[in-house]
Amino acid sequence: MSETPSKISVKEIYKIFGPDPASVLERVRAGASKSEILNETGHTVGLRDVSLEIRPGETFVIMGLSGSGKSTLIRHFNLLIEPTAGHILVDGHDVVDMGTEELRDLRRHRMSMVFQRFALLPHKTVLENAVYGLKVAGIDKSEAEQRAREQIELVGLGGFENQYPSQLSGGMQQRVGLARALATQSEILLMDEAFSALDPLIRNDMQGQLLELQQTLHKTIVFITHDLDEALRLGDHIAILKDGALSQVGTAEEILMDPADDYVARFVRDVNRSRVITVGSIVSESRALRLSEVNPQSVAAGMEETGQRAIYVVDEDNRPIGAADEQVFTRVDGSSPVRPEHLHEPATVTTDMVIEEMLPTMATRDYPLAVVDHDGRFLGTVSRRDTVSELVPRATEPEAAMAEAGAPGGR
Amino acid sequence: MDSNFPELIESREIRGTIDDGFNWVVIEFGEALEIAFLPVLRFLNSIENALLWLPWYLVVLLLALFAYQATRSAKFAGGTIVMLFLTGLFGMWEPAMATIALMLVATLLAVIVGIPLGIAMSRSNVFQGILTPVLDIMQTLPIFVYLIPFVMLFGPGKIPALLATIVFAVPPVIRLTNLGIRQVDREVMEAVVAFGATPRQRLFSVQIPLALPTIMAGINQTTMMSLSMVVIASMIGAGGLGYQVLQGIQRLEVSRGLLAGIAIVFLAVIFDRVAQAYGRKMQQHLHLQK
Repeated sequence: MSETPSKISVKEIYKIFGPDPASVLERVRAGASKSEILNETGHTVGLRDVSLEIRPGETFVIMGLSGSGKSTLIRHFNLLIEPTAGHILVDGHDVVDMGTEELRDLRRHRMSMVFQRFALLPHKTVLENAVYGLKVAGIDKSEAEQRAREQIELVGLGGFENQYPSQLSGGMQQRVGLARALATQSEILLMDEAFSALDPLIRNDMQGQLLELQQTLHKTIVFITHDLDEALRLGDHIAILKDGALSQVGTAEEILMDPADDYVARFVRDVNRSRVITVGSIVSESRALRLSEVNPQSVAAGMEETGQRAIYVVDEDNRPIGAADEQVFTRVDGSSPVRPEHLHEPATVTTDMVIEEMLPTMATRDYPLAVVDHDGRFLGTVSRRDTVSELVPRATEPEAAMAEAGAPGGR
Repeated sequence: MDSNFPELIESREIRGTIDDGFNWVVIEFGEALEIAFLPVLRFLNSIENALLWLPWYLVVLLLALFAYQATRSAKFAGGTIVMLFLTGLFGMWEPAMATIALMLVATLLAVIVGIPLGIAMSRSNVFQGILTPVLDIMQTLPIFVYLIPFVMLFGPGKIPALLATIVFAVPPVIRLTNLGIRQVDREVMEAVVAFGATPRQRLFSVQIPLALPTIMAGINQTTMMSLSMVVIASMIGAGGLGYQVLQGIQRLEVSRGLLAGIAIVFLAVIFDRVAQAYGRKMQQHLHLQK
């Protein structure tokens, strides 16, 4: 994980709210619980020993339920909230040590923010809102307006420049919020529950739009959400916060397949796993036959070895050309060689497909699918049984989990 | 027995000290203050003279236009004409113009002093803590108590009347400026800070514009309070409609008091409506109504 330097690194942040946070810091460090601290000292522990590494160009999702400290955490990045202890390095510079000017410069040029309740200026038009960050930074008016117009166009609000926020729907207002944040051309985008206040359909659209924008913009995005599906959809990495402390940090798949504790496990239980788990992590390595090797004995032996209903046949380049089962031999007479047209046509999927994308192919075949890499080379197979057992949360299927643990893990 | 509160200290002595102290202030600074406020007096007089110099029908017309421009209601503009016309018919034209001039100048000065104080109050909790009880005292202290020191400093006349009016009328504009700024949506303020706005940029681009409707409500209250104070201040030489009421009391003339009283109500209605309409317009202009 440490080849590329982090864009933002959060180092052992503590945040304690109350009259004298420093006085209880040592107790919190020593591991006193949130309720202990509250009852005995009247202080609230907001964040406890949070450390994160966020890489340039990735979307990093911080997820947690309300009260988990996620909004407090994101406000530390641009120092809207100061930590009680700890450091936040942005491009290697500690935000906590910055003077007023340096901090203002950071907020104007390097980090912009999108808010849950949009936080638009109600007395200004869409254009004036989008231009705000540039105006504050003292950028020449015509240039600022031109940049703001481009962003308004980009988020799909062209033609609404002279409307006021109160004339727009929630989704459109948040697009203005996004345009305002994008207009400053800062490399880092902080999004605090940016889509949580929107209707599910609009939220879905906005997520799609963000993913699309991100493909060309490559911003470093810190995204806060309480919605796991949103986290899984958007996040390259996901951090799960509970009571101000990190429970787990990892990719969506890592978190789903290997929850760090019961809390995370309960969280991910209701997730549509087929949208997250990739073919690569459920592939079973199995032997494929060369066309010349195909005969009733080798096919029967292969099927017995793998326990599957067919065995794949590959060409010299290890590309699948078909699947063989006993039926093949009813089509050819004993003496003549087996040719590709005698085989079932190959059904291939790639390792980076998620299970959901694979299902339609699987539904129409009663033999396993061939898993191939990007060059089309055979890697192994994936069967219905493996697929189903992966989709069932492991908490209820300890045996399946055991069996899975023994299976090779793809990639 | 114990029905009398024991005389633990010489209260007469305390009063004496206060009086002596204030007398000293009057002797030392009275003249300087009088000179300092001379421009204000000239300003006030010129407004009053202008109102009286203009033909009465033009004043009526101008005020009616002003009322129409604010409220966009022909009915109210017509009402304004009728009310002002009646005021003239009652023989209250001259005192009414004096009252309007004093009220306008008092309100203007109260706003000039009040808005910066309100802004300062919104930025510092300590200052708010200090100023709040002072404003409470200013609003609850019987009005007549203000009159004494101002009369001593300036002698009876328009300046002490004006100053007493300002002291009495300024609290609402201070309070509501403070309130308006503090009520600005926390998340909006957070956003503005997150985009790197300086405190000055925050104040002028967001806080004041968004607080304006509340500030306007404060200005409206200040206008009404200065109108009511202008009447009482006539006791120390402000003249105007209040003086007619005062004369009604002194001469036991019910009619004079009543007619002057009605004229005061007319002015109150006109200025209240106009100020309220401006508040609403401001809100619409800022697109604050959902």
